[in-house]
Amino acid sequence: MNSNQTHRLSRREAIQWALAASAAFALLDWRAFGAGAVPAKGYGLDPDLMESYNPGDLWPLTLTEAQRRTATALCDVIIPADGKSPAASELHVVDFIDEWISAPYGAQQQQRETVVNGLIWLESESHRRFQKSFDQLSEAEQHAICDDICFAPKAAPELKTAATFFSVFRDLTTGGFYTTPAGWRDIGYVGNVALAHFDGPPPEVLKYVGLM
Amino acid sequence: MPFITGTKTKPDYDVVVVGSGAAGGQTAYVLAAAGVRVLMLEAGRRYDPVIETPMFNTNHHAPLRGVATPDKPFGFFDATVGGGWRVPGEPYLVKRGGAAEWVEAQDTGIPTQQNFLWWRSRMLGGRTNHWGRFSFRMGEYDFKPRRRDGLGIDWPLDYQDLAPYYDKVERLIGVFGSNEGMENTPNSSPGVLLPPPKPRAYELLAKKACAKLGVPVIPSHVAILSQQQDFQNIPQMLHPDSPAMQKALAENMKTRLACMWATACGRGCSIKANYQSPTVHLPPALATGNLDIITNAMAREVSVDDAGRATGVFYVDKESRQDRHVKARVVVLAASGCESARILLNSKSTQFSNGLANSSGKVGRYLMDTVGSGLGGQIPVLENAPPYNEDGAMTMHMYMPWWKYQEQLAGKMDFPRGYHIEFGGGRVMPEAATFFGLEGFTGGSYGKKFKEDLRRYYGTFVYFAGRGEMIPNEDCYCEIDSDRKDTWGIPVLRFHWKWSEHEERQAAHMQKTIAEIIEAMGGRATSPPELDGRKAIYPGGSIIHEVGTTCMGKDPKHSVLNQFCQAWEVKNLFVMDGGPFVSNADKNPTLTIMANAWRATDYLLEELRKGNI
Repeated sequence: MNSNQTHRLSRREAIQWALAASAAFALLDWRAFGAGAVPAKGYGLDPDLMESYNPGDLWPLTLTEAQRRTATALCDVIIPADGKSPAASELHVVDFIDEWISAPYGAQQQQRETVVNGLIWLESESHRRFQKSFDQLSEAEQHAICDDICFAPKAAPELKTAATFFSVFRDLTTGGFYTTPAGWRDIGYVGNVALAHFDGPPPEVLKYVGLM
Repeated sequence: MPFITGTKTKPDYDVVVVGSGAAGGQTAYVLAAAGVRVLMLEAGRRYDPVIETPMFNTNHHAPLRGVATPDKPFGFFDATVGGGWRVPGEPYLVKRGGAAEWVEAQDTGIPTQQNFLWWRSRMLGGRTNHWGRFSFRMGEYDFKPRRRDGLGIDWPLDYQDLAPYYDKVERLIGVFGSNEGMENTPNSSPGVLLPPPKPRAYELLAKKACAKLGVPVIPSHVAILSQQQDFQNIPQMLHPDSPAMQKALAENMKTRLACMWATACGRGCSIKANYQSPTVHLPPALATGNLDIITNAMAREVSVDDAGRATGVFYVDKESRQDRHVKARVVVLAASGCESARILLNSKSTQFSNGLANSSGKVGRYLMDTVGSGLGGQIPVLENAPPYNEDGAMTMHMYMPWWKYQEQLAGKMDFPRGYHIEFGGGRVMPEAATFFGLEGFTGGSYGKKFKEDLRRYYGTFVYFAGRGEMIPNEDCYCEIDSDRKDTWGIPVLRFHWKWSEHEERQAAHMQKTIAEIIEAMGGRATSPPELDGRKAIYPGGSIIHEVGTTCMGKDPKHSVLNQFCQAWEVKNLFVMDGGPFVSNADKNPTLTIMANAWRATDYLLEELRKGNI
């Protein structure tokens, strides 16, 4: 168990959250839930740039085991395996998301409650609709929930907050996935290698974009 | 030993130089080459790019995948040490949101409520470790702007005075680019520039689109070695009278390798393929044996004798927190425009009650930055293009120089001065936020469709940044707040700032032009162009082109320095950084800082030889 239990929502809070989510969602004050500022410090103005860092090295992580399961399943709904690259879970994207929402910086702290509360909502919504945890749902069941919240402009009014969560979570999933070598290969980033000379775009690229 | 502590100083330095960046590095280099004994004071720690640069390190081994944070506003791997938009223990004062009272600056980037942002670093080489390395010469018009349009201040020197020094600096540091013979965009002498790298696909598309709009797109000039320098001939060309410096420079040039077309320059460069003062200026200067450097030495005051001559510099040894003094025949401030002005204003005595070299009242005045405004676009023709390695020099290979000089002269534009456009994008290494906020393009997709969407959109975004000339005005200046001191006991600066309509209208024009370029590329802007210049313009200081504050001029009543950066009132005191600038053309200032410092240092040496100082 990691030590920062204080950042986790109690069961009672989670139930309140779920009730609110299904009722007067728009009136909900998100600040009523979760914790305040993260107590850890940042890496400062002269960190060792040569070091290799892993989530949890610099500040304690936030998600419970149950939340990690939900988050991992959602990562894979957003980025599943296909013929070109693995699923997000194979690249441990959830560790990055946990590092992100646990970071002691303002931009990340703003998304902390969005993500934690959103995962709790997702789990309760899953139970409400299918009487199962999100990670136990079939793909069709997972999609039934996600289709309702995957695009904020089209989400129902009572699901706007959940849609905001989905948008943030999808962004973070891309951040964790496409910064890895496997993610590079997927989208065709083929740089970061030493070259004797820079040749510019090859003929097939020039032809493709209509310059040749 | 060249790196020394404050207890090991020699009793008889010829020159003490405050600062180790572009100006301090250049000045110490020229002095050491001439056999002059130099002591350099640097406020930050010792730093060696050869051993400290995270070459090829990837974001997935960095905290938060390398994303920018308040601790590292330009991303985790940015070379900046001990600084950024704030330096712990060393506040500066600003006004927030139009309020009247002075408060300590706290913002760590844009958007900001502050009237001014001040970027500093605390490391050997200063901001040369971080800068974009764009190396554009100022042109003939840029030195005589008032003569041309009646606004601003003319320099007390011409382009022709600086042209030979531009050549020398470009040969020394290594700059790639091409000579295009365009108006007010000077050519270098033949053989000076290194060949520019080939354009990328999106750069060629921009060039094709801009041709329709009459906007030129030409190779950029960047302080990166596209090939190894000619170490057999350049040292002799630059230092015909100093065999010792020829040898020292040749040895260092041999260790500088050509760019390997990967890994961003802003991290530093362990193979010394880019210009940083600690890999280019300082090693040959140190090799002559004429340069001593003290790091963690925070200069606070120039000392003077009864005759009003500078006698040396008081500084705080940050490790022991002790106040120390070094003596020298000549004092050169090269601490950055505002830091140098701060030192002068804090050097008060009965003879100089208004601060040193400040009977004109101009120290701190005419602070300038560069006008900045930008807009991004998505370019459909690049969707699903075949992958290729587009890293190149990790910076722009092409740019748009200002093209409407004649229209401005004819009074056809509603703003008087020019801008250039920098641009980048394409198939860059993905960062944490590369795919954030794409719902507008993907329609909220997820799953396999989402993966296909990202393959489609990756590499199709291009960002254009206008960078324009600011005209000095009476409302932009820094001064000492005598009530507040930093952790070293030194009174701090506070900043006054107000853009004029000249800059605001220019920023609006940037937005309009960039939107047209994006449209001509068949793309769409990622946000609507902001045609209200007051909203389009970035806050003062944010482009980190801090110049002005110790203006040079033709007479002591209206300026602090003469055309050789020598204080009118104190003959053995010079300010060699961006402070002497009296205009801030759209050409990024660092190359001009170096050329101007080299010219002024030649004058300083001549005055030393003649016994005048």
